[in-house]
Amino acid sequence: MGSRSFASRLRDGDEIARLITMVFAATVVLITLLLVYELWTNSALARAKFGFHFFVTRVWDPNIDQYGALPFMYGTLVTSVLALLIAVPLGIGAAIFLAELAPPRISDTLQFFIDLLAAVPSVIYGLLGVFIIVPLMRTVIFPGLNKPLGFMPFFKGPSYGVGFLTAGIVLAIMVIPYIISVSREVLLSVPRDQREAALALGSTRWESTWKVVVPFAKTGILGSIFLALARALGETMAVTMVIGNTPTISASLFSPGDSIASVIANQFTEATGDLYLQSLVGLGLVLFLMTFILNGLARLLILVTTQRGSGVPT
Amino acid sequence: MNARIKWRRFVSNFMLTLTGLCALVSVSVLFLILGYLLYNGGTSINWAFFTQLPKPVGEIGGGMANAIVGSAKLLLAASLLGVPIGFLGGIYLAEFSGSAVASVVRYAADLLNGVPSIVIGIFAYSLVVLPFKHFSTLAGAFALGLMMIPITLRSTEEFLNGVPRYLREGAMALGASKWKTIASVVVPAAYRGILTAILLALARVAGETAPLLFTAFGNRYWSEGWGQPTASLPVMIFTYAVSPYDDWHRQAWAAGLVLLGLILIINILARTILSRGITVPRS
Repeated sequence: MGSRSFASRLRDGDEIARLITMVFAATVVLITLLLVYELWTNSALARAKFGFHFFVTRVWDPNIDQYGALPFMYGTLVTSVLALLIAVPLGIGAAIFLAELAPPRISDTLQFFIDLLAAVPSVIYGLLGVFIIVPLMRTVIFPGLNKPLGFMPFFKGPSYGVGFLTAGIVLAIMVIPYIISVSREVLLSVPRDQREAALALGSTRWESTWKVVVPFAKTGILGSIFLALARALGETMAVTMVIGNTPTISASLFSPGDSIASVIANQFTEATGDLYLQSLVGLGLVLFLMTFILNGLARLLILVTTQRGSGVPT
Repeated sequence: MNARIKWRRFVSNFMLTLTGLCALVSVSVLFLILGYLLYNGGTSINWAFFTQLPKPVGEIGGGMANAIVGSAKLLLAASLLGVPIGFLGGIYLAEFSGSAVASVVRYAADLLNGVPSIVIGIFAYSLVVLPFKHFSTLAGAFALGLMMIPITLRSTEEFLNGVPRYLREGAMALGASKWKTIASVVVPAAYRGILTAILLALARVAGETAPLLFTAFGNRYWSEGWGQPTASLPVMIFTYAVSPYDDWHRQAWAAGLVLLGLILIINILARTILSRGITVPRS
């Protein structure tokens, strides 16, 4: 290749093709940089005015031009944590079944359905949330939990059906497919001899799975959880439709609340005044940074386990 | 000793059954969703849904013809933006670039893929809506197109890398230039995988709502050309579902059924027929 002159490569179109495709590849980098730049500059007013107080201020009131992110960050965190509490045991359990127990054909078929589940758009989850889970919360789950456990602040009423727990449940359903898919893949990448060694030592099927295979894959499984968390934090529509959209900080899981993504979705088009709009963009920047860090960590963890199988049990 | 082994066997069987239940519950969610949508949407859908404009607030009836066309226009324009950038960028990564440059581009693409869709909406707003001073089909398509880029790019790269070396060598031995080799041998060998990935990316953005809220916005009428705000199926589902009107709820179900049906059909076709025998990377 090196012996061919520039002119001859140009004639064959190689250089032109290289340049053209390079421009498109560079566009991807450029767009990403531009995105960060736009978020940064368009939130300048809010950053200058509030600084770090933005994160600890509870008041969000356009009437007095005062904006604090705390209630939204609280809502985002609470709903995401609730979602993980439900989704992680279910998702990992299902992944263990698919990777360790189910015959390959059944495992692949079920994985196909899981992939379809991951393709369901969030607005559909929101639709089902509004018309199925919200009434269910109001009539069944809230009375069921409030009567025996109402003395605890988490289960205090009243309940309107919408709120943190409802959003958490909908989010859980949404992120389960991600946990299953990634965890299954990580579990499948655990070398076969690990299982055989455990079984040969007389362990039961479950013991070999739980004490050998899962610890071996734990870094990757943690990665799948981070990935799910990042999805949950950034999820907009399904949460907006069932969280109640009131910026409150309440210990009660049945209280209506708000999240970073939903306040942006609800107020962005009606934001009059530069500070108002820039505060919303500031929230977008916060959300971007949170998911950026989590996604990075998740990728690292999954890579470490699947590429080199270095998740040596300790 | 014997009792202990029995206990361990019991624990093993119990826990393994439990994992089976977890899998069953997770998969049955899909069928619950489908069942509910088929039931509620199936009873609400009618001819008017596909052919009429929305009626004024308070009047019963009408349809979402403008939203169906709006979504189609959005997806078309989004593909025109996202597919060339992703596809040609992917070719560069797989065939031309050094590893340092490639990892920078790859990193940017992964970062873009992880950006929450609502933040993509903010970006499209400040880049396309603000300068033109109004919401438009183009702004919405820009947001959706951005979301198609990373998936198209990474899967193009992956499938091109999967093309066996001897195919390239064969073409080059016949005297083809590098570009000729790529265009006439490598890409055709990988096209089914790439096409599958593009279709899946399209199906994914077809259901995106958040990035359209303040880019394409919404419209109760037909949207002329590309510079006007436009209705779209996902946004209509959102506004109709949270509205207080029963008839709008009915139409939200119908729209949900149409949208999900479309997305699942694309997914099933792409994953079964088109990609038979190849593994599709997950986005």
